[in-house]
Amino acid sequence: MSGKLLSNLGKLWLALILFFLYAPIIVMAVMSFNASQYYQLPFEFSMKWYEKLTGNAEIIDAATRSVLIAILTTIIATILGTAASVALFRYEFRGKRFLQVMLFPSIAIPWLITGTAMLIFFFGVGLGRGTPSVIIGHVALALPYVIVVVSARLATFDETLEEAARSMGADSWTVTRRVTLPWISSGIIAGALFAFAVSFDQFVVSYFLSEPGDSTLPVLIYTSIRKGFTPEINAISTIIIVVSMAVMLFAARFSNFGGER
Amino acid sequence: MAKVSVQNVSKTFGSLKALDTVTMDFPDGGFFALLGPSGSGKTTLLRTIAGFIFIDGGTIRIGDQSVENIPVEKRDIGMMFQNYALFPNMTVADNVGFGLRVRKVGADEELRRVGEALELVQLGQHCDRKPHQLSGGQRQRVALARAMVTDPKVLLLDEPLSALDKSLRVDMQIELKRIQREIGITTIFVTHDQEEALTLSDKIGILRNGAMVQAGAPRDVYNNPTDIFTAKFLGEANILNQISGDGADIHKPTGATSNTTLAVRPENMSISALEPNGDGISKFSAQLERRIFAGAMATCIVRSNDSTFKVTARDQDIPQLSGGSTVWLSWQSDKTIVIPNNVCHDRNNAQSG
Repeated sequence: MSGKLLSNLGKLWLALILFFLYAPIIVMAVMSFNASQYYQLPFEFSMKWYEKLTGNAEIIDAATRSVLIAILTTIIATILGTAASVALFRYEFRGKRFLQVMLFPSIAIPWLITGTAMLIFFFGVGLGRGTPSVIIGHVALALPYVIVVVSARLATFDETLEEAARSMGADSWTVTRRVTLPWISSGIIAGALFAFAVSFDQFVVSYFLSEPGDSTLPVLIYTSIRKGFTPEINAISTIIIVVSMAVMLFAARFSNFGGER
Repeated sequence: MAKVSVQNVSKTFGSLKALDTVTMDFPDGGFFALLGPSGSGKTTLLRTIAGFIFIDGGTIRIGDQSVENIPVEKRDIGMMFQNYALFPNMTVADNVGFGLRVRKVGADEELRRVGEALELVQLGQHCDRKPHQLSGGQRQRVALARAMVTDPKVLLLDEPLSALDKSLRVDMQIELKRIQREIGITTIFVTHDQEEALTLSDKIGILRNGAMVQAGAPRDVYNNPTDIFTAKFLGEANILNQISGDGADIHKPTGATSNTTLAVRPENMSISALEPNGDGISKFSAQLERRIFAGAMATCIVRSNDSTFKVTARDQDIPQLSGGSTVWLSWQSDKTIVIPNNVCHDRNNAQSG
């Protein structure tokens, strides 16, 4: 039966895609548990790269900074993005469509270019490099993602619910808090997780905007690789991947790709 | 509870005149229908009273207060939406109690009043359900309880029964009327269903193209329509202008002039094979075209010259005649309706039925 053949070919195709996506990552993760510094086989299980990691103050420092920056970015981008989504949903104003359309190019513009532009801009306004610049940059990158995800959830919201609440005497803040936010809360959580992931995994913009000695984890990894590759990097990369994937899976579960729960 | 008064209210959306100097009074405690075809402005009028739409001109009073510049949340209204707009994340009790919590009445009083409101709509046992666990009729009752629980000055219902199927709708009409009588709240509802408007209301306002065509008690509006649109929109009307032929005898009622149109409701006409005689009877002959059986009642479509007429009667009162045969249509002359032509701004074909 050709139908069955096609179906099997489809499964093979899917398997190939997943293989190419995940094989390098799995190899790296496995090697982070290999005792040999030069990726020599046979595989010999060891936790020594993870142990060395705990003694590496530079990496721990960078990791802490990365997490803090990601949390701050998430909080700021989620609040601003949610407010923007609600405003775009609720009000009609001049230039609304233009604003909505302008959200997408900022997702599509290569980070390298955004990073260069930001660096020039921050020096221009006298802020220069440093953690505040990194946070502002990350917020700017994460904001469109939050708006897109929250707006997708809002699109399923029935506006007459807001009207009903107002007819019962609720002012606009009460309406937002009691009716609108509960409905879009899953979208807000998903948007926040996206924002966290965008910030935590961000290399290019961080590299441009952070001061030497004040690097985020991805920047530190990059500079370490240039000095010499150690399985320690495998270890920290594995940790990042596990954290990022957990966050993204969680986000996907909540956003349900913008659809109905 | 309060009277509502709408005076010369106008509203324009872009180039569309949604409301054109509309005036109607809604006395305290009455049950009022805003009736009209879609796009007539009836929902717009309801929403201006609610405060979702600010008007361009005119005045709206709720009680003794001018409300043109007062936002929805401060107007002290209760509103029921066409899709009910129940909060999906809240239970029945929380939905009904929403307006009370906004008013900070306290937990005990909220519990008591929510209980009373749900009792009134006979839904006391469903407090803890979520809206999606309720049937359409139950949701409608929750929405009604929620709109009334705050003792608003006026209750506004936007097509309250349109989402229900026919048998449930008739039950809910009776129910709605009972509840309204029981609490005596001034109630204004929008409908496109003529029968619903006639059944429920003390006063009907008929709108068309943003203008109030006629307002009055259902029986008055039905019996004395002031233009052909109203006559045709509220029930059906046989227009008698071009009647001629052998034996045609139509008594002109007082008030009939060259500037008026004469009409008769289908249910006031009788159909017979032989020429009827008697005092005060108007009659003419025509050809039977079709007979439509509808249970207890039947409708005959009859043609005379180029005009068609409808006669509705109990099925057993209609003689068995084959299509094409000559029949006589007759009616008590005092059932002839005189409709002034001058107010008639009939642009589209008025829908009937």
